[in-house]
Amino acid sequence: MTTTHSPSPVQQERIAYRRRQTIRSVLIAAASTAVVGLILMVAVTGSPGWDRVRASFLDWRVARQALPSVLGGLWLNVRLLVFCAAGALVLGLLIALLRTLRGPVFFPMRALSAGYTYTFRGLPLIIVLYVMALGVPGLRLAGTPSVLVLGAIAIVLTYSGYLAEVFRAGIESVHPSQVAAARSLGLTYRQTMRHVVLPQAVRRVAPPLLNDIVALQKDVGLISLAGPIDAIRAAQIEVGETFNFTPYIVAGALFVLLAAPLIAVTDWVTLRAARRRA
Amino acid sequence: MTGSAGASAGGRTVLSCRGVRKSFRANLVLDDLDLDVGEHEVVALIGASGSGKSTLLRCVNLLEEIDDGTIHLDGEHITDPRVDADRVRQRIGIVFQAYNLFPHMSVLANITLAPRRVHRRPRAEAEAHARELLARVGLADKADAYPDQLSGGQQQRVAIVRALVNSPRLMLLDEVTSALDPELVGEVLALIRDLKDEGMTMLIATHEMAFARDVADRVCFLDGGRVLEQGPPAQVLGEPTQPRTRQFLRRIIEAGRL
Amino acid sequence: MLCAMVSRYRPTLLGTVTLLVVAALTACIPADEPAGTPTVAPVNATSLPPECAKAQLQTKTPGKLTIATDNPAYPPWFVDNKPENGQGFEGAVAAAIAQKLGFATGEVVWKRVTFNSAIAPGPKDFDFDINQFSITDARRQAVDFSAPYYNVRQAVIALKSNKIANARNFGDLKDAKLGAQVSTTSYQMITTVVQPNTQPSVYNTNDDAKQALQNGSIDGLVVDLPTGFQMVAEIKDAKVVGQLPLAVAQPEQFGLVLDKGSPLTACVSRAIEALRASKTLEQLERQWLAQVAGAPELA
Repeated sequence: MTTTHSPSPVQQERIAYRRRQTIRSVLIAAASTAVVGLILMVAVTGSPGWDRVRASFLDWRVARQALPSVLGGLWLNVRLLVFCAAGALVLGLLIALLRTLRGPVFFPMRALSAGYTYTFRGLPLIIVLYVMALGVPGLRLAGTPSVLVLGAIAIVLTYSGYLAEVFRAGIESVHPSQVAAARSLGLTYRQTMRHVVLPQAVRRVAPPLLNDIVALQKDVGLISLAGPIDAIRAAQIEVGETFNFTPYIVAGALFVLLAAPLIAVTDWVTLRAARRRA
Repeated sequence: MTGSAGASAGGRTVLSCRGVRKSFRANLVLDDLDLDVGEHEVVALIGASGSGKSTLLRCVNLLEEIDDGTIHLDGEHITDPRVDADRVRQRIGIVFQAYNLFPHMSVLANITLAPRRVHRRPRAEAEAHARELLARVGLADKADAYPDQLSGGQQQRVAIVRALVNSPRLMLLDEVTSALDPELVGEVLALIRDLKDEGMTMLIATHEMAFARDVADRVCFLDGGRVLEQGPPAQVLGEPTQPRTRQFLRRIIEAGRL
Repeated sequence: MLCAMVSRYRPTLLGTVTLLVVAALTACIPADEPAGTPTVAPVNATSLPPECAKAQLQTKTPGKLTIATDNPAYPPWFVDNKPENGQGFEGAVAAAIAQKLGFATGEVVWKRVTFNSAIAPGPKDFDFDINQFSITDARRQAVDFSAPYYNVRQAVIALKSNKIANARNFGDLKDAKLGAQVSTTSYQMITTVVQPNTQPSVYNTNDDAKQALQNGSIDGLVVDLPTGFQMVAEIKDAKVVGQLPLAVAQPEQFGLVLDKGSPLTACVSRAIEALRASKTLEQLERQWLAQVAGAPELA
């Protein structure tokens, strides 16, 4: 027979004290936040140049006018993001796998893979884009793809270097006993990778992978240097027409909206992984 | 005495190691080691850490390449480089001290992985067989659980079941109870005893001297990379002839494990 | 009275906090900024009124005139990327304006400023910026423009081997992939006047656009006519396909960019008008932009 426990006076006193302290902290935090916020707002809106800055960066009319073309450019960002993320994930995984092959006979593979990641993590993406999109077509080889495709390839090549290292870290973090257990059951190297190592490795590095994808979302816009019009470029065009910076604010807001779901997923995955391990 | 492989229990020799040598960098771990295990025989390997017990088991299972010597399984020369190591490993089951089960798969998936992928058995058949084995060890209700939901003892029992699912000729157990809380050790040892009763040939590296005395047909003391002394448990554990064996056992007794 | 105090008060953090908390609560509006550019009546005389004497001019650095342009500064507007040598059309025009305002060569300071910095709200690093800025009403909301110093036409250039090399009218350009530099009226010309079937390609600089033209990634490049002739001289096998017609009745014009409400706008405009009246502008055009004549018209 169980009796419900009712707290002793000592415990009640403790509870009351802690509640008082909590309320006090919350009030102080809220009040200080409000004060700082108010000061900032007043300082900004009261400064001598505020009207001009507001007119230059927060003009509703210009924003409405710029919105359609910035959205149109954003569509290019989205399409490129999907394609380049898929490509970089696949190529990155491949390069990581090459680097984890054991045995002296595979040395050339490992060297190639290492060289790849050194090169493409060192090269600025802009330079790779210039070479691929403004250089390669100059060779006038038959069957050269469009500037858009070449730019996408440049982005995939560069990001694969980063993702390969993330995957490699994941693969190497899987305990060697897992591989030993799998091989001991008679699984081949490929089967071991596919069924045992990679599922664990990818789950572990999902947070940094997603992080890189969020960064990729913005980097794909660099393709605009070769001609295509992405969201930032569309904003830039609008800015050039009006000499007003509001389109940049519009583009920035749209990017945040676009990234928000991806960032939320990243946080959820990270949280879940941490909880699982604990 | 040393050197002789000493297979007893009549019958065929399942495992035969001759002159096995293995170094890790400058460290010579196995030094001209000879060992035989006969069919249905249970051999316990004892020795200090670093004496080469785990290394020997990993070499038998072809997870490590030996530097010299030969290993024969059922008369087949398995350390021949032309042999397909994956097929050999299907005939040997191994269970480790830790990190055995695949944490991202359920218990059932863990057990059916090899039958489905290596032997290409249909899923329904593999699962039925797996459930049957789990029922036999009293873990039928855990079939759909994940490893992190099981206790250490339950995980090791599942690992043993998983190794059995290939119907191996030889089971290698590498200190399978060393990482367990004392109260969970018993259930694992009980399962191993059952396996012996069913006639499984086993090579067990262990610190559990009492268990070795109960279950093993032969105890081998490894020291300096070779079998220093071997024989029936009562002899090796009770009245060892070698001074180093005596020294080792004295330390074990002092630690309260005998 | 409180409003006047706010607009003249030199802001410090503490002062801002105390004073503006009150100001915000009373919803005070800062003093109005000066009205837009005063209209400049054409002046027949080539000398400037007394209020534009050098000593009266409120330049950034007293006694010096700070002129800005972008980097690199391209021909035929500048020569050798050195605006201070006074060569190239805009280099020469800037030098002439400085001289008209009474500044000796040693008193002219050149700065390099990006496009975005030139149009951003906030104090400018220069007195005026000369860099092929086209005057439009929309842009007038953000900056002051001087009187125009050049009437500009846009043109299409292409490789001689390209399919549009002999285009005669817009119909011939409908299926072309055209390109332009970003933030130029060239781009607007493509989208509003030519209106081809494919979206134009946009480049950060004319150098990139030139490369794309040579690669064949674009069929034609739209630039202002003098730049077009310059590029055609630099790229082998390229030609000026033709001039684009005027978008509206009056021509597109280049003007200097000054900070909105700059006290120098009126005098600088007077100086330009004086140079026009004395035919200096015309002479500089002939000197630096001679080859512009004779480009065919696209209909």
